[in-house]
Amino acid sequence: MNISTDPWIWISSILSLAILSFLYRENPFFRAAEHIFLGVANGYLVTFYWHRILMPILFRPLFQQGDLLLIIPFTIGILYLTRFIPRISWLVRIPIAIYMGYWTGVLIPATIQAQIIKQVQGTVLTSANFQSWNAGAWGIVWSVIVFIGVLCTLSYFYFSREHKGVIGVTSRVGIVFVMIGFGAAFGYTVMARISLLIGKLQFLLGDWLGLIR
Amino acid sequence: MILILLCALVGLAPPTDVRAYDTPSDGGGEVVVEWRLSTDDETIDGYDIYRSENGADFVKVGFIGKNRSSYGDRTEDGVTYQYKVAVVSDTLRSFSQPSAEVASSASWINVAKLNIYVAMILFGGLILYFIYHARKGKKLFIRKIAGLQAIDDAVGRATEMGKPILYTLGLGYIEDIATIASLNILGEVAKKTAQYDTKLIVPNADPIVYTVAREIVKESYTKVGRPDAYDPDSVFFLAREQMAYAAGIDGIMTRERPATNFLVGYFAAESLVLAETGAATGAIQIAGTDALAQLPFFVTACDYTLIGEELYAASAYISKRPLLLGAIKGEDWAKVIIATALILASVIGLLSRFPILNLFQ
Repeated sequence: MNISTDPWIWISSILSLAILSFLYRENPFFRAAEHIFLGVANGYLVTFYWHRILMPILFRPLFQQGDLLLIIPFTIGILYLTRFIPRISWLVRIPIAIYMGYWTGVLIPATIQAQIIKQVQGTVLTSANFQSWNAGAWGIVWSVIVFIGVLCTLSYFYFSREHKGVIGVTSRVGIVFVMIGFGAAFGYTVMARISLLIGKLQFLLGDWLGLIR
Repeated sequence: MILILLCALVGLAPPTDVRAYDTPSDGGGEVVVEWRLSTDDETIDGYDIYRSENGADFVKVGFIGKNRSSYGDRTEDGVTYQYKVAVVSDTLRSFSQPSAEVASSASWINVAKLNIYVAMILFGGLILYFIYHARKGKKLFIRKIAGLQAIDDAVGRATEMGKPILYTLGLGYIEDIATIASLNILGEVAKKTAQYDTKLIVPNADPIVYTVAREIVKESYTKVGRPDAYDPDSVFFLAREQMAYAAGIDGIMTRERPATNFLVGYFAAESLVLAETGAATGAIQIAGTDALAQLPFFVTACDYTLIGEELYAASAYISKRPLLLGAIKGEDWAKVIIATALILASVIGLLSRFPILNLFQ
């Protein structure tokens, strides 16, 4: 056994154990670790934004190098602070509207390309798509299954009709496809979480206590 | 001169037909240089690309391996360039004739993305059409969504038990559709908590979402005539860091013991941590997200889950706002168009040689 002498590893390990103690119940150790975690995270956030964004991208170019164009984002940013002055707090809506408008414009074409056009491309039944599964003769079967699955799932998310009659049948098939997808995602993610747990145990038993290598 | 003589002696053939043109459908700042491969391509090292700026001497700007016949050169828009390509074999060079003059510029339209433009116009037009009709007072039907029926029961239960309601918007930013939908639902939940005088707790992970959430809750309390019941401390910023946020909410769940937890918005790996803790405290849990990887966890650990687009529809259904109802109706028609396009494209793809997949690049 070769216990670590690094004080940071000790602090990290004790805080890890305090957080893990939540598995038993909420307790003062967890509460202390939780508050330290929140405080450090928020402190880091403020420092990060100040040193990595506000100073190098806004304040220095604007006030030291005289890049006057930056007055525009500076003014928009300042409007966020009007929230603290009740008489003009409505001005906070301006930067929020600009921010949302900008990102909506950026995201709509990207979403259409990534989530509609590409999905349609991968679902259309063609000989090229049959081969893209690399499943030999089974490629045709999988392609048809995916094709039916996409159509039925679309019908599940059709909100203008009650799920009765034909839409009732297709939407039920659709939700089965959705749940199969969720099952696969669940298993995959649990595997990833287990690897995180192994990493934490390696840290505690190896880096800290020196019980394993 | 010596090099040219050497090339002539050893017979190193230069590339021919060198052509330079402005890269089409880009934001400017690039010229494409193309050439016909040297007949000695198999035995050479590659090609040096030389550039002359505004008639000055040619300067080397790049190198590319053999068997390659094009090169993208970063340029300054509006400046005139000429290019030469030289075959490289060890220390020997054999130069092509210079290309015609070329200047790069930004394109107004990206022709390669015309299909996205058409889809945007089509889907956007449909949504605007239905919003117009919804505003005119036309009744637009949206089917019932299971999780929403539970909201009244959930608020009522919290009131009877004298316990608070926890509303978590997740890690999303204000531009995320899930966050916007969640804010709409928050507005309606806040109206009910104001009416029943139930305590509402809204911890936030993003400063801008926090600002908007605060305004929405305050407005909801005012709308139902209970501005006095609004507690400014009920909506607060918790942490941007993912797991600090999760730890903070876990602490609130176990200390405040809310009767109902709403986990609605964009979530990542913290989803199961939150949903499991909420389930362990015995709270009714209503979840909703469009984060596909997190939905399985909500489905298993929550009482009701709004799956993907159900979340968007829920915000329209619950708020009954013409803008949102029209948008959902437009999206429904977009789905019909997508399904029809899938079927038609498949029929064409299977029965003809038309390269149908090129339409969906």
